[in-house]
Amino acid sequence: MDIFLTILQGVPMTIGLTVAALGIGALGGIPLALCRRSTIPGISFIAVSLIEILRGIPPIVWLFIIYFGLGTALPMLDPLTSAIIGLGLISCAYMAEIYRGGLSAITRGQWEAGEALGMGRQSVLTFIIGPQVFRVSVPAAASYAIGLLKDSSVAYTIGVSEIVYFANDQSRQSSDALGPFFLAALVYVIMTIPCAWATRALDARLRQKVAR
Amino acid sequence: MNILNDWPSFLPGLLAGLGVSVQVALLSLLIGIPGGLLLAIGAGSKKKPVRTLIIGIVEIGRGTPALVVLQIFYFGLPASGLTLSSMGASVVALAATTAAYTSEILRGGLQAVPQGEVEAAGALGMSRRDTLRFIVIPQGFRVAIPSLIGFAILIFQATSLAYTVALPELLSQAYSIGSTTFNYLSVLVLAGLMYAAITVPASWLTCRAEKRLARHL
Repeated sequence: MDIFLTILQGVPMTIGLTVAALGIGALGGIPLALCRRSTIPGISFIAVSLIEILRGIPPIVWLFIIYFGLGTALPMLDPLTSAIIGLGLISCAYMAEIYRGGLSAITRGQWEAGEALGMGRQSVLTFIIGPQVFRVSVPAAASYAIGLLKDSSVAYTIGVSEIVYFANDQSRQSSDALGPFFLAALVYVIMTIPCAWATRALDARLRQKVAR
Repeated sequence: MNILNDWPSFLPGLLAGLGVSVQVALLSLLIGIPGGLLLAIGAGSKKKPVRTLIIGIVEIGRGTPALVVLQIFYFGLPASGLTLSSMGASVVALAATTAAYTSEILRGGLQAVPQGEVEAAGALGMSRRDTLRFIVIPQGFRVAIPSLIGFAILIFQATSLAYTVALPELLSQAYSIGSTTFNYLSVLVLAGLMYAAITVPASWLTCRAEKRLARHL
């Protein structure tokens, strides 16, 4: 039981890291998704390359590049900051792809109706398309968030004191090497299953306000 | 930092590491995907206890981070008398994760096969097993191919987790070169590009596979 309580100490860090990275991704994904749709030649190519590179390199490698690679030149990068930046950057790429999917799910009629009312492209995007894209993107974003919650465990490798970090510590200290890891697994399963339920409920509510 | 001089000297070590990464990924997929298929068939079982059990296993497998599964097999199991090498533990752990995830992908594929075909097979007097073997699995598998390639890319990336169990794969090699030359940034960036050199073309392949398969639907 003591072991379980010690492992629980890592939960706020895991959740904080996930929320911070997801926040960066949710914001950073917007310009990236818009650039990807841009009709100006170079811009969409740059956006696509950025997304592919961010998603193509494993999260743990990004954390190492930032913490060990850049950290030698920038000593203010502590493990937590590096982990938030690394996972945040990766989230930008994934969220951009999710928004892109959302954008293409909005029917053309919405754009046309906005234009017919004399609205500019910019304001159609901000007031009509944007809010609907967010609603449509919720399920994909939520399953990404659940994945990110689990992926945040890689931050343990650069010394962020989250769930796996405590589990490792307990496994080395106590006579029971296996138990702490099972408890860590249990904590993750307990966190992800309610998230999945909550998402389904939220999605059903938000979808009522999307034009078909 | 002199990339032109550094990178060629890093390459042999990193390429050896890449070889190990690819090997772990391929072995995990080779063991994990058939496992996933068994779970997918089990999840469609008519017996409720079997179905509940399998879905429970899959949910737990998908809910646990691959890193934790890896640590259970490498650091945890020796305590109960079963010691795996770092290679063995990595392959078993990633294969278990693969089985859990691909079972959901394959279940989606199997469900995409029209019910009418199953009924038609029944009407022709085919047994349930033959229907599964000759009608449902070949078609369901084909539908699942793009998602399976996508998942294979993720598993290849996940082999970098084996760094934590001291397997000499790409990231471990890069890190150890970094710690001897103090050129962390340069060698880690090169390692990152080597991962991307495999994953980025593979994700194009997924897109093409999706388009190609969509033609027949």
